[in-house]
Amino acid sequence: MSKNSPPTSRLSRRELIAGTLGAVAAAPLAAQQQAVETTRRPGRGPNELDQRSPFVTPRRDPSPTSSRTPLQDLQGTITPADLHFERHHGGVPEIDPDRYELLVHGMVDRPTVFTLADLKRFPAVSRICFLECSGNLRRGSAETLPQMVCGLTSQTEWTGVMLSTVLNEVGAHRGATWFLAEGQDAAVMTRSVPIDKAYDDAMIVYAQNGDALMPGNGYPARLLLPGWEGNASVKWLRRIELSDRSFMTREETSRYSEPVGEEGQIRQFSFVMDARSIITEPAYPTTLEPGWHEIRGLAWSGRGLITRVEVSVDGGANWDGAELQAPVLPKAHARFRHPWHWEGGTAEIMSRATDETGYVQPSWEALRTARGPRTRYHQNPVTSWTVGDDGRVLFGVERLRS
Amino acid sequence: MNATRTAAAGLTTGWLIAVAAQAGAQPAKPERFGLGRPATEAEIAVLDIDVGPDGAGLPIGQGRAGDGAPVWAQACAVCHGAAGEGGTAGPVVGRGQDRPTVGSYWPYATTLWDYINRAMPRNRPGTLTAHEVYGLVAWILAANEIIGEADVMDAETLPAVLMPARDQFVPDDRRGGPEVR
Repeated sequence: MSKNSPPTSRLSRRELIAGTLGAVAAAPLAAQQQAVETTRRPGRGPNELDQRSPFVTPRRDPSPTSSRTPLQDLQGTITPADLHFERHHGGVPEIDPDRYELLVHGMVDRPTVFTLADLKRFPAVSRICFLECSGNLRRGSAETLPQMVCGLTSQTEWTGVMLSTVLNEVGAHRGATWFLAEGQDAAVMTRSVPIDKAYDDAMIVYAQNGDALMPGNGYPARLLLPGWEGNASVKWLRRIELSDRSFMTREETSRYSEPVGEEGQIRQFSFVMDARSIITEPAYPTTLEPGWHEIRGLAWSGRGLITRVEVSVDGGANWDGAELQAPVLPKAHARFRHPWHWEGGTAEIMSRATDETGYVQPSWEALRTARGPRTRYHQNPVTSWTVGDDGRVLFGVERLRS
Repeated sequence: MNATRTAAAGLTTGWLIAVAAQAGAQPAKPERFGLGRPATEAEIAVLDIDVGPDGAGLPIGQGRAGDGAPVWAQACAVCHGAAGEGGTAGPVVGRGQDRPTVGSYWPYATTLWDYINRAMPRNRPGTLTAHEVYGLVAWILAANEIIGEADVMDAETLPAVLMPARDQFVPDDRRGGPEVR
């Protein structure tokens, strides 16, 4: 056949062969046909803004108050900005950056207003870390995606200015022990934050994976408290007020606090996200075929580095160390992987993270024993996926029964 | 070329010592960058709406439960229920432990004022007057039997209200390490 033969004649010959060989041969022929077809016409030219292939359609799962990152569709550790989870309390405000200002006042020598340009002129710092909502567990049904189990966690390379730099600029008083962070959304979201965090690693960030923040993640500027519950990293930041006491806002009293123990105690200012992991592959709704598979997932700790992730394929009877993808960063999602040969038969696969403090991700029973039955936030239990004889993968709901 | 080596060669004038200090591992950082502009009292006043547990920030105004009742019926009941029993939004009245309410779970009455003033009602937040907010706070506290129907809530009385849940709140005791808390 001549190289210049019209595609139609090649197609009919292919179809003839496919018809002869039957369905088994059809798939490779379709691939070969496409591999040639795309070479027969010029593709699109350079454009201003690339888009995902029309065949790639990851989606967040939105509810009235949040949208969840599709963990099962992602590789590596960085969350694309448009798939970062959202949780907000009064909707996403539209903010004109030219009319944006941040007020820093209270226990400072020089109450000061900063424009976005001012914030960007300070020495910049970039940091890769996770951000996770403290209400990030759904126990649901067996037909639950990783996204629904704990998709309120995402990871970003954030860029901004260290909060300590800004506090130095305004002359923060030594006696200040807390600061209030306030957003300019319709909830005028507020949290009190211990001042030590400001001098440790808190930032005011204006960039997300190199680009400006997405509107749902605080454009044009937000607070970032690495390793701490996401809601305290107040978005659309309009005001910081230094004080010598906490402000006892609604979001740190009646919300984002949790009953613990049997005597009606309520734990408050529980900022740090404890170590956790989840297997993102294989997971519901996958059906496995016998042979080699790679168990893949994410592990993270708000207290620093993940030092170990163990994987079990027999419901926790035996555990093997998984491989951690370097570099493992503090307060960041780490990617773990573990090869597994599934030979058929039932299995239950689980992961368990350990961080640099020696904290080991607990079972649901251990968590409930430690906190009592009414625990609401900071639920980080070991979760599992069950594999049936037929290879069907389901969420291990039995592990999370009360 | 580095200034340290030059200094070591014996040229120990004050000028060279200063250069050597600047040529160290850290680049020079100013004490301040001179960014931003001074905030005026007036612009701070527009944004500084927080009310603290000690009552700091509470404005002039007052209200009784009876003052708040019509505001509740008009602005709040559609989501929280006519008697505060809950609806599309959570309950605010009651002492049960299973459904956290103002009566069972809120440690400070001032937080009610702050939150209603900044974020309620959901469809038009920030539109209530100070008197309306005082009235609503009084209505909610009275419905929870924390104050009486005739009690006046203002900048003096509100911070003094002792909430039933006040002593239940404890600081986070998780510290990492092997123990699960």
